[in-house]
Amino acid sequence: MGLLRLFPVQASTFAPDVDHLLYFLLAVAVFFSLAIFCSIFYFAIRYRRRSENELPRAIHGGMALEILWSVIPFGLTMVMFTWGASIYFNESRPPDNALDVYVVGKQWMWKLEHLGGQREINELHIPVGRAVRLTMTSEDAIHSFFVPAFRTKQDAVPGRYTTTWFKPTKAGKYHLFCAEYCGTNHSRMGGWVYVMAPRDYEAWLSGGASGGSLAENGQKLFDELACGNCHKPDGSGRCPSLSGLFGKTVQLAGGATVKADEGYIRESILQPQAKIVAGYGPIMPTFQGLVTEEGVMQLIEYIKSLGPPPGAPAGGIAAR
Amino acid sequence: MITAAVPEREDYLNVSHGLKSWLLTKDHKRIGLLYLATITLFFFLGGVFATVIRIELLTPGGGLVSSETYNKLFTMHGVTMIFFFLLPSIPAVFGNFFLPMMIGARDLAFPRINLLSWYLLVVGGLFALFAMLAGGVDTGWTFYTPYSTTYSNTWVIATALGIFVAGFSSILTGLNFIVTIHRMRAPGMTWFRMPLFVWAHYATALIQVLGTPVLAVTIVLVFCERVFHIGIFDPALGGDPVLFQHLFWFYSHPAVYIMILPAMGVVSELVSTFSRKAIFGYRIVAFSSVAIAVLGFLVWGHHMFVSGQSLFAGMAFSFLSYFVAIPSAIKVFNWTATLYKGSISYATPMLYAFGFIGLFTMGGLTGLFVAALGIDVHVTDTYFVVAHFHYIMVGGAIMGYMGGLHYWWPKMTGRMYPEGWAKLSALVIFLGFNLTFFPQFILGYLGMPRRYHTYPAEFQILHVLSTAGASVLAVGYAIPMIYFAWSLRYGKVAGANPWGATGLEWKTASPPPLHNFDKIPVVTHDAYDYSTVVGEAVEVG
Repeated sequence: MGLLRLFPVQASTFAPDVDHLLYFLLAVAVFFSLAIFCSIFYFAIRYRRRSENELPRAIHGGMALEILWSVIPFGLTMVMFTWGASIYFNESRPPDNALDVYVVGKQWMWKLEHLGGQREINELHIPVGRAVRLTMTSEDAIHSFFVPAFRTKQDAVPGRYTTTWFKPTKAGKYHLFCAEYCGTNHSRMGGWVYVMAPRDYEAWLSGGASGGSLAENGQKLFDELACGNCHKPDGSGRCPSLSGLFGKTVQLAGGATVKADEGYIRESILQPQAKIVAGYGPIMPTFQGLVTEEGVMQLIEYIKSLGPPPGAPAGGIAAR
Repeated sequence: MITAAVPEREDYLNVSHGLKSWLLTKDHKRIGLLYLATITLFFFLGGVFATVIRIELLTPGGGLVSSETYNKLFTMHGVTMIFFFLLPSIPAVFGNFFLPMMIGARDLAFPRINLLSWYLLVVGGLFALFAMLAGGVDTGWTFYTPYSTTYSNTWVIATALGIFVAGFSSILTGLNFIVTIHRMRAPGMTWFRMPLFVWAHYATALIQVLGTPVLAVTIVLVFCERVFHIGIFDPALGGDPVLFQHLFWFYSHPAVYIMILPAMGVVSELVSTFSRKAIFGYRIVAFSSVAIAVLGFLVWGHHMFVSGQSLFAGMAFSFLSYFVAIPSAIKVFNWTATLYKGSISYATPMLYAFGFIGLFTMGGLTGLFVAALGIDVHVTDTYFVVAHFHYIMVGGAIMGYMGGLHYWWPKMTGRMYPEGWAKLSALVIFLGFNLTFFPQFILGYLGMPRRYHTYPAEFQILHVLSTAGASVLAVGYAIPMIYFAWSLRYGKVAGANPWGATGLEWKTASPPPLHNFDKIPVVTHDAYDYSTVVGEAVEVG
């Protein structure tokens, strides 16, 4: 379009929230700028030097004014803090029914994989009106997943998972950028997010069908790597059972506990010595270098899909 | 060469001659001029990098240079401007030259260490220059890991060593200032009679001494990982990449205050001198400098809101960041109030002070935007942040530096600059600056990421505006370089106190004698008592 835009399109539930806070900040900024600029202009003209020998009467200050112009701005900044923090809080709390998409950043492309096994590069297809949760990591430098129309951005950091989420509100095609400098082709590491009507999305999903879902591929990998030799479903193996593990609180050797989320499972595969489950020995070898970041994500989905073993007491219920 | 105004009289410039008398000088004034020459070269170099960047961004698809080269250009622009121009600028030039004079001392406490500081900056600068000539470095001035330690194939170590060495220059300068302010004040120069420039430099020196070692440690760790593959930051070696960001910003956020606090000190002097009024709320302005220095150490995490640090950390750092806004706002309000019922002169240094207040206000207010978590998630790593920090560093620090340069030029050289040209260039700089950087706020909110060699075509109009502004800005900076050089020979001879200012530096000849004062002054008045300098005063207000 030839017109000069001043504000980006709003295409997620966060976009209007962020923009409203921006309007408030703009109002405050314009008010204080004008107050300062007008005072300076007025004083500079009204009290301009008329003769070289002028000696103005010294005014050393006024505590009432100092307090006034400290307290009022402080109050305003606390509004900004609270407002901004509440948006940030929401951005860190994806709803339970969010659609999961896994993201791997590498120099210089985004690799995305849906639960059904559909893979994309530098493109993300998602339905309108449905919350989407991204779980991401990087294979090399730090990258950052940035969709301006959604007002969301999250670094993809090697060696760990970070997450973000958004709920698109408007069908369309939106820029996807890498926002964290990552080397030569940083400015070309991007593509498009396609927000589709639900029916189009279903059509796209079936059109992009591949060799099995994430969990199915995870199961194949689980067998290939012979994980089940030690992680037996009934807990009789040398390593803890993985049935119903996901989402549970795990008791660690040494007394600490940890929630079995994606990050914990990833770490346990790649750095098994980092956290040892209470009652088990530190005998698991690392799978660093034997399994790719995508492979780890498939294994996680497979472990998520494992229900509690038959006859297990309530409480060991898997998250899905 | 600089010629003295009155050839018969002996001053610090004509007391000795020859290259050796400069390279081995222990006079804080000559060392100040050595710094001035050095950082002017680096400013020019950083400006050349910026020029190529802005020309390249005229078109969305690149084409003038390759992406590798573009990435090196913005990295070297940042490294040069921050580490070899802005950080030394006001403290090393005007702090060196005027801090001892303002408190009535004959020199800094450690003149030899002072000379060593300059050599360290030069050696560090040579390392960095070597890296640039050998092929450049492409990590961004932020050197984020693991890119800088594992993936970049450029001259990371040489550049980082240059910064490491230059850091010690900064530490030693800060140390020298602290000791000088504590130990070398003239009789009667109590803490609350010190000019606010001195207070600002005291606060700055605290950051230099306490913050810079952390940068040095960080560089050593980067060195260990890059050269010896000791896993510290790269997860492939068992390290933590975000740890680097904590260490880096623990220094580099306070470093912003190393750049802006001295400029605030300059502006306090200018606003007072050219309105002939004591600074409104002197003590509050003095303490606000110290408050900024202390609070500045508690906000580093606001650079990392999308780095994956915890929700709680994000909230804590946002909360603390707003605290540092208050002392900055207080300064602006007090400068404005100082003008009330003053006797306001529009001399060039005052135009720069007005420019500083206006642009720093906009830089500070947009700081409230990026401290707000919800907004920062959207604008961090975009041109919004680029615009914000250029309003602080160029609109603030460099306006303050230019104001100080015009204000003290007559004292340093004994000659006046041409007022008409100076006013014109101040106006050109102000307009060019705004045209360059204001469009970048809009670009950033629209989603244009920073450090992009190529960009979507829809952003082109704003980039063209920005480049147009940069051309105007370049002209604005070129004019003073010419007339300052011209004034050394042809400028009007300046008297001891051409502005009717109160500081002790104006109570001695221009240029000053080798030991600053013929007799150590005894201070009997507050810093900004104009009844002592205006003869046959006409009372107004």
